[in-house]
Amino acid sequence: MSANLVVLWYLVASVCFILALKGLSHPESARRGNYFGMAGMAIAIVTTLAIVAKGRVDIILMAMAIGGTIGAFVARRVQMTQMPELVAAMHSLVGMAAVLIAIAVVNNPASFGIPDPLPTGNKLELFIGTFVGAITFSGSVIAFGKLAGLGKHFRPFSSAPVVFKGQHILNLLLALVMIGFGVAFFMADGKAWTAFAVMTAIAFVLGVLIIIPIGGADMPVVISMLNSYSGWAAAGIGFSLNNPMLIIAGSLVGSSGAILSYIMCRAMNRAFISVILGGFGAAEGSAAAGAEQKTVRSGSADDAAFLMSNAESVIIVPGYGLAVARAQHAVKEMAEKLIHKGVNVRYAIHPVAGRMPGHMNVLLAEAEVPYDQVFEMEDINSEFGTTDVVLVLGANDVVNPLAHEKGSPIYGMPILEVAKSRTVLVNKRSMAVGYAGLDNPLFYMDKTMMVFGDAKKVVENIVKGLE
Amino acid sequence: MTGTVDPTVFNLIVFVLAIFVGYHVIWNVTPALHTPLMSVTNAISSVIIVGAVLAAGPAETDFGSALGAVAVGLAAINVAGGFLVTQRMLEMFKRKQPKAGKE
Repeated sequence: MSANLVVLWYLVASVCFILALKGLSHPESARRGNYFGMAGMAIAIVTTLAIVAKGRVDIILMAMAIGGTIGAFVARRVQMTQMPELVAAMHSLVGMAAVLIAIAVVNNPASFGIPDPLPTGNKLELFIGTFVGAITFSGSVIAFGKLAGLGKHFRPFSSAPVVFKGQHILNLLLALVMIGFGVAFFMADGKAWTAFAVMTAIAFVLGVLIIIPIGGADMPVVISMLNSYSGWAAAGIGFSLNNPMLIIAGSLVGSSGAILSYIMCRAMNRAFISVILGGFGAAEGSAAAGAEQKTVRSGSADDAAFLMSNAESVIIVPGYGLAVARAQHAVKEMAEKLIHKGVNVRYAIHPVAGRMPGHMNVLLAEAEVPYDQVFEMEDINSEFGTTDVVLVLGANDVVNPLAHEKGSPIYGMPILEVAKSRTVLVNKRSMAVGYAGLDNPLFYMDKTMMVFGDAKKVVENIVKGLE
Repeated sequence: MTGTVDPTVFNLIVFVLAIFVGYHVIWNVTPALHTPLMSVTNAISSVIIVGAVLAAGPAETDFGSALGAVAVGLAAINVAGGFLVTQRMLEMFKRKQPKAGKE
C-alpha cells in the first residue's frame, strides 16, 4: 500500500471516530456512533497491518487475540459500579503502551521509517510522548487502587489524601530533573539510553506522587484528567512517528478529557489547580460541631410512602450512597408504583453524583429507569418550586443550601434546589457529614423529614407501604 | 514560499485542527452519556495500537519488536474492552414508551 493510500485510510478512520463522539449527543444515536468507532478502529488496524504485511504479522495477530479476549471478558463481567476502576485501568494500559512504543523507537527508529539516529525534533516529541505516557500509567494505577478501595493493603491507594511536608517542592524538583534529562536526551548524538531511562523512571514516580494527595471526593476530576493524558500520550507518540492517525485520535481524546475535567471542577466549584495540588477533605472536618443541639424530624418508610402516594409530583435525587446500597432496582420499582398511582416521577442528577462523570445515569439505566425520566441539574432546578415531594437518597453535599451562604467552604457550588419544594424526604444511614465535611441545614428544616436506614431497605419498605 | 514544509509542521496543523474538532464535538455530548463518552474515548485512545503494530512489525525480531508485541496486547485489551463495555452501557439507555418524545 502506498504511503498516500495509508494516510487516506487513516483519514477515513478519523472521520469514523469523530462520528462516534458526535453520536453521543443523544442516547438513540449513540449506539450507531459506537459502531462507527469500531469500524474506525478496524480500518486503522487493518491499514497498519498492511504496512507490516511482510513482517511478523503472526506475532501481532496472536498478541491481538490474547489482548482482545481479555478485554472482551472484562467488558462482559464488569459491574456498572466498577466502571471508574475499569476506566482507570484502561488508561494505564494506554500509558504503558505509549512508553513501550517509545522505547522501541529509540531502539530502532528505522523500523518506523524514521532516520537513524533520531532527528532532534522527533526526540523532543518522543520525550513528551514518553513522559506523558509514563505519568498516565503510574497515575492511573494509583487512581485504580483508590477507586477499588485497596487503601487497607497499600497506603498510596488510600482514598484519603496522602500528603507530606515538602510534597509540592519535591514534585517540582523531580519535574525539573526529568526535563533536564529530557534535554540531555535530545541533545545527545547517539541513542542516549541512560538519559532516556532516567527520564522515564522519574516520570513513573511523578505519576504516583501527583495522584496520591488527591482525595476520594475529587476522583471524578482525576479520572477525567487521566483520560485527557492518555490522549495526549497517544498524540505525542503520533508526532514522533509522523503518524496522523495517532495525532488526530489522541487530540480528540485529549480534548474530551480536558473538557470533562473542567465540567467536573465547575460542578464541585473547585479550581482545577487546587484539585491537582490535592488534600481536599482532610482539613475541614470541624464544621459539623453543634449538630446535636438542633432537632430533626424523622419518620418511617410508611410515612414516606403515604406522603409520596398523595403527591402530584415527586422528584428523586439519587446520590452515590444509593449505588453503594445497590438500591437502584428497588428505586425503579418504587417509581413505577408511584407512576401507576398517577404521580409524576422524575429523577434529578447532579453532575458529580457517582464517582465519574455521568456515572449515576448509567447506574439508573442499568436498573432500567427510562432515560426520559432522568434530568440534568440545569434542566430540573427550576421545577423544584412546583414539586410536592423530593426524595433524597444517599446524597448530601449536592443538596446542601450552605452553597448559597457566603463564607461556607462550598459557597458557589451549584446544587439541586430541593429546599424549594413543598416537602423534602431525606434518606441517610446516619447524620454523618458528606465528603465536604459540612453539616447540612436542609436536614433541620421544618419541611424536611429524615428517614434513617440503609437505602435499599428503606426503599423496599416504601414499596411495601405503597401496596 | 520555497522549499518543502517539515513534516512536524504538518503534524502541528493536524494536531491543532483535531483539538478544535474535539472541543466542539465534545461540548455537544449530553451529560447523561459522559460515562460512555469516557469509555469510548478510552477505546479510541487505544488507536495507539497502530504504533504498537509498527513496532512489532519488522521481520527480524529484536528487543524493540518484542516490546511492540507486548504493547499490541495491552492496547488490544483496551480496543475490545473499551468498545464492548460502551456498547453494553448504551444498550441500557432505553426510553419508556417507544413513541414518547420525538428525537
